[in-house]
Amino acid sequence: MRLSDLPLPNRLRRRTERQYLVARAFNRRRALKSTVDRTGKIRKGDILAFITMRNERLRLPYFLEYYRDLGVNHFLFVNNDSDDGSGNWLSEQPDVSLWWTNASYKRSRFGMDWINRLLMKYGSGHWCLTVDPDEFLIYPHCDTRPLPALTDWLDASGRRSFPAMLLDMYPRGNIEDEIYEEGTDPFRIARWFDPANYTITKNAYYGNLWIQGGPRTRRYFTADPLSGPALNKTPLVKWHWRYAYVSSTHMLLPRSLNHVYDENGGEQASGCLLHAKFLSNFTEKSAEELDRRQHYANSKEYRAYHAGLRRGTTLWCSESREYDDWRQIEDLGLISRGNWA
Amino acid sequence: MRRDVQIGVVLLCHARLDVAAQMARIWVEGGARVAIHVDAKASARSVARMKDQLADLPGIVYSRRHRCDWGRFNLVRATQDAAQALLDAFPAVTHVYLASGSCLPLRPVRDLAAYLARDPHCDHIESVSALDVGWTVGGLNEERFTLYFPLDWRQHRRMFDWLTTWQRKLRVRRRLPKGLTPHLGSQWWCLTAATLRAILDDPRRDEFDRFFRLAWIPDESYFQTLARRHAVRIESHSLTLAKFDHDGRPYQLYDDHTLMLEESRCFVARKVWPQARRLMTHFPVPPGPQPDISPPQPQRIERLINRTVRRRLLGRPGLYMQSRFPRKDSENGKTSAPYAIFQGFSDIFPEFETWLAENVDADVHGHLLGPEMVEFAGRPEIGPGAISSSTVIRDRDPHGFLTALIRISPRMQVFQTSPRDNQALNWFIATDPNAHIHVVAGAWMLPLLESGMPFDDIRRVTALLQRAELTHLDVLNSVWVKARVHVHELTDFLARPQAMLYQSLQHLPLRPGAPADVPQMRDLHGLSDLLRRLRNSGLRPRLSGDALPLPEPPMTERTAAE
Repeated sequence: MRLSDLPLPNRLRRRTERQYLVARAFNRRRALKSTVDRTGKIRKGDILAFITMRNERLRLPYFLEYYRDLGVNHFLFVNNDSDDGSGNWLSEQPDVSLWWTNASYKRSRFGMDWINRLLMKYGSGHWCLTVDPDEFLIYPHCDTRPLPALTDWLDASGRRSFPAMLLDMYPRGNIEDEIYEEGTDPFRIARWFDPANYTITKNAYYGNLWIQGGPRTRRYFTADPLSGPALNKTPLVKWHWRYAYVSSTHMLLPRSLNHVYDENGGEQASGCLLHAKFLSNFTEKSAEELDRRQHYANSKEYRAYHAGLRRGTTLWCSESREYDDWRQIEDLGLISRGNWA
Repeated sequence: MRRDVQIGVVLLCHARLDVAAQMARIWVEGGARVAIHVDAKASARSVARMKDQLADLPGIVYSRRHRCDWGRFNLVRATQDAAQALLDAFPAVTHVYLASGSCLPLRPVRDLAAYLARDPHCDHIESVSALDVGWTVGGLNEERFTLYFPLDWRQHRRMFDWLTTWQRKLRVRRRLPKGLTPHLGSQWWCLTAATLRAILDDPRRDEFDRFFRLAWIPDESYFQTLARRHAVRIESHSLTLAKFDHDGRPYQLYDDHTLMLEESRCFVARKVWPQARRLMTHFPVPPGPQPDISPPQPQRIERLINRTVRRRLLGRPGLYMQSRFPRKDSENGKTSAPYAIFQGFSDIFPEFETWLAENVDADVHGHLLGPEMVEFAGRPEIGPGAISSSTVIRDRDPHGFLTALIRISPRMQVFQTSPRDNQALNWFIATDPNAHIHVVAGAWMLPLLESGMPFDDIRRVTALLQRAELTHLDVLNSVWVKARVHVHELTDFLARPQAMLYQSLQHLPLRPGAPADVPQMRDLHGLSDLLRRLRNSGLRPRLSGDALPLPEPPMTERTAAE
């Protein structure tokens, strides 16, 4: 019998679900084999990043450089059986702790069990950033204020979570045309985005907003936008071991962590995760992911890409905007500085 | 008459003692005397390190440490003790400045001394009568003095609220000590030594302390109230730039505020983010050849902060996004700009859309909410802001669709609607003051004339569309309507189409010289006949009126007269 079938009041049901997720994460502790453990270096008040990855050798150097500059102090990686040398490269980095697993990504709730496990053990009391290797956080004033400025301010405002919507970035021409080279800024190639085509609905049960749209829905999911990828994310959370990510980083339990928006007409502060998914290695990668069949909803998304890719891959359209800086994104209303003057 | 001013500073330090030590150094090196109070909660090690850092400086005293909790009297107690220690250790001090360990002096201490020397008997303390003006932001005002507050709000939030509510219900009203008028103001002040001594040595001090011990946030009222009792002259402003947000939390200052802070010409700013290195190396600005006594001008930075408060509380109208998702009727502006809707016009004038686009300076779309496709102007596959023309995507979130379109387009948006279209936005548009709605009721029937459909189908479609239109008109006639609505009956419109059409354009940004012509009207031949057949088939075409002013064949006249 499924949890959702039990005749429980919603509050109790959410609590049960959270406890189940926490227990499940604890249960996965043996699935993760420590490769390099530098967690002893973590100091009080450090900002930690949690990442699951598979075969991302190409992207990792810039990824680490970007978040180091931003002020992340320690990276905790789960290496899901990479075979391209990512593991070796990561284990040489001074601020990385690395775990290895060959368990099924799908059966670990798309890696969230592993991440929940690491968050539970190392994240408690820290501001924790849970991202993918192709997601780059921007937030208001990110050009002048490092991440600790934001987390200090969030602390002072009594907030425990910070939303950052996923913004799909793509190049002007065919995705395959310009080759991405290791260590370079992916947004020099993929520097275009959709400014206004996002749909928002509220999920009454978890209390989060469900945002969809963007180039992927416009291009691949016109007939069935409901199954398009979700773009709402809450990647930055002041963690407590009792918390749990429910589905990717789209929503959390307890429910109050999802309430990152104002319903009385005001604006809360929010950021954006620039999504560098659509680079030259995307075709190859999506074919591989499709073969593994390890993704959400029977890899529906990757199927759609694959069908689309064979027809050629241009996401760009005449209404796309070229990325400039966070101010532009804020003027467009995709992020907000809220009351962070 | 100029007299030498000797500034003494009471420095209240809580956390980040390393930063506080830097601030103390700035003050001492500028020539001020400093009394430091360190919160009793700070660890012994950090205090020792702070004392170590400041060991080379003369002119610093440390006062007895109290535990400090926000909103409680122990903050006043700490200030009193430190001020006493300061005045005892340095009797030559003429002015005492209260600052915290995260208050950054922006201008040289020498400038501050020169500024104070202009009027050496003046006390600079913001002091606003609690009875007359609401000074506070989001909190209690007069009740701070008339109720009892024995609990810490941060630790016993629920109990605190419960106690306040009950005291209100029981009409508890504390008696103020005789001779005091409660005043409120910023907790950061600069008093003359004379006033401060008078406050500290007041024979009734025990009585006052007892009273303020149970008042709420006494650090914003104790000195502000008592200064009124002892001061010679009060300049009711604070020399410290300290702005609070809507929740009463102080704003933090970062590196990117450097320029604005320099322009503000304030003496001290609060509260500096401890890691804002550039800010701390830039300020205080080096002293010029002559002491600069220009007064603070914080208007610009205050404007910036007020703007962000507004953004936090009211937000940008018509914006729906990840951190602003207003519930119905709390939108503060449902849409971001005026727009116009024409219903029925494209049925009467088939070329209406192109004609309108030629005559007005606006984006004229077709049926944006239409059932076949989203008819953006020019019918592109991807509309403004990369909004898809897929109806499925649009119907997933019609509100988001419309508001995003209006927000992303620089020009005014004009579009057609019809009972055939998606009706989900009827209430939203009708209650939006930005909307301008023109309806010709019943005009949807005209395209049916040329449809060539069998009569049974026409009858069914008519019934559906008529019901949709009636529901819509109910909305437009309700008392909740905020949009500007003009509903014309088809009969009236057809009686003088040109005048009605031109009248509807009045509120649009017309191009110069326009409109010069009238678009081609649809052939209305057979309308009366159709209406009659519909009526006879049991339907009541309600909206078209009875007397259509159309040339009809005599045959119809006879039948209609049956």
